Amino acid sequence: MTFFLQLFITGLALGMMYALIAIGFVIIFKCSQAFNIASGQIVMLGAYLGYTFLMPLALPVWAAILIAIAVGVMMGLVIERLTIRPLLGQPPLPIVLMTIALAGVIDGVAILGWGGEYQAYHDRLPAITLHLGAVSVPPSSVLALIVSVVLVAILMFVFRFTKIGLAMRATAEDEQVTRSLGIRATTVYALVWVIACVVGIVGGILLGGVSGASPPLSDIGLKALAVVILGGLDSIEGAIVGGVILGILENLAAGYLDPLMPSGGGLANVFPFIIMLIVLIFKPHGLFGLKRIERV
Amino acid sequence: MLRVNNIEVSYLNVIRVLHGISLEVGDGQIVALIGANGGGKTTTLKSISGLLKVEQGQIRSGDISFNDKRIDHLGPEDIAGLGISQVMEGRRTLEHLTVEENLQVGAYRRRDRAAVKRDLEMVYDYFPRIREYRKRVSGYLSGGEQQMLVIGRALMADPRLMLLDEPSLGLAPMAVAEIYEIIERINQERDVSMLVVEQNVKAALSIAGYGYVMENGRIVLDGPADRLRDNEDVKEFYMGISSSGSRKNYREAKHYRRRKRWLS
Repeated sequence: MTFFLQLFITGLALGMMYALIAIGFVIIFKCSQAFNIASGQIVMLGAYLGYTFLMPLALPVWAAILIAIAVGVMMGLVIERLTIRPLLGQPPLPIVLMTIALAGVIDGVAILGWGGEYQAYHDRLPAITLHLGAVSVPPSSVLALIVSVVLVAILMFVFRFTKIGLAMRATAEDEQVTRSLGIRATTVYALVWVIACVVGIVGGILLGGVSGASPPLSDIGLKALAVVILGGLDSIEGAIVGGVILGILENLAAGYLDPLMPSGGGLANVFPFIIMLIVLIFKPHGLFGLKRIERV
Repeated sequence: MLRVNNIEVSYLNVIRVLHGISLEVGDGQIVALIGANGGGKTTTLKSISGLLKVEQGQIRSGDISFNDKRIDHLGPEDIAGLGISQVMEGRRTLEHLTVEENLQVGAYRRRDRAAVKRDLEMVYDYFPRIREYRKRVSGYLSGGEQQMLVIGRALMADPRLMLLDEPSLGLAPMAVAEIYEIIERINQERDVSMLVVEQNVKAALSIAGYGYVMENGRIVLDGPADRLRDNEDVKEFYMGISSSGSRKNYREAKHYRRRKRWLS
């Protein structure tokens, strides 16, 4: 039972990080109907930034996260101004191609800036180990839980209860209508990209605390895809629930099933995609995906 | 208040759809723009509201001014900010948002919360039926209710001029009559000018003060609405009434039309 709880709680932390990253993916899909191929690369960049802030610069964790948010904001604004604005009114495919290019650029930056080497910084995280009975939760998971829960709560509040959140949801439904009502599409897109970059970079710092920073970390973008397909491509609530479910299942698979494999592991990484396949077959809208409203 | 001066519009730089359209909407006036399918009525509205640019259309020549200020180079958001609200064709509600959220989106640019709240009540007073459904997801409203909702949403922006694109499209005759009655009331009580695009010529001319008839990207006839209503050609082509007042059958109308065309 202790073993199960241990896996469950670290899985929950992992899942919240997935949820954070998946939110960035979902809001871009909602507004542009385009997949953000670079979402994994943004996470990877976040992990390297986390390394730089925590190891060579030796900043405290809270400062590192605040600076990371500032970097995410600037990155989002730059991406919107340089690449999204000229593509305004275009079909989704050019935007997808743009994100592929963006992924390439960020990959290049990781090699230029950090040599593409593996860097770990988990021992720089504050030593707050949580003890729940016999279960002890490692600092990286505690930090991931706290930061991602706070960030997700803030985002949910913005989407649900603020004017700009309403503008974002409205633009996701029908951009022409909202523009004709005076809601600036450029403002909404800038905000969407800012949020996507902030959650990606903060998620990257948290994830880097668990697994270290390295270029293969960008594969997380594919896992985010599995998460949003489970939750429903256009649902933010779905991204959260899907992220948590996948994180927990992945951890349980790693704990219980991997030792049974002849190779001694490897199933945990495939597990999200197995679930993605099953969901695609039986529930293509995902758990919370918006159904097309059809009146009869 | 609105002057469209000899505009030519083309899409993607090659497909020319408007060949020199001029029209005017005076303060507090209802103007009808009528004509058959594909005549360029919707394109004219989109040129005014700026949505043309979103669809890769372009005003090649001519100009549009609103209260003596040129607006043809502005984007749709800025034009909306000047007090021009477009109600697009086909009841474009924001389906997954509730009725009230739809209305709040209309008031997005306004800062005065008290006035917005007052106007929300005003819209519910005009359309009591949508007040009942305020918390409901708007995609499930009936066609007439959705049309009321999008007119209400445009009204929430506190416009000086409303551009209505086929408010009668796909509605039962009862619903058309109801909506036109409310449009007329809004015009009189709120002093909002209206430019109404319609294929339902009878309904549009019943509330309009002035009308323009469009065909193939040109304005072929214009005049006060009561004169247009009595015009033999308008009756013949758009109302299906022949000179003797009896309904004419389709074949004869087509024959008549072939014989006497405005253009060519």
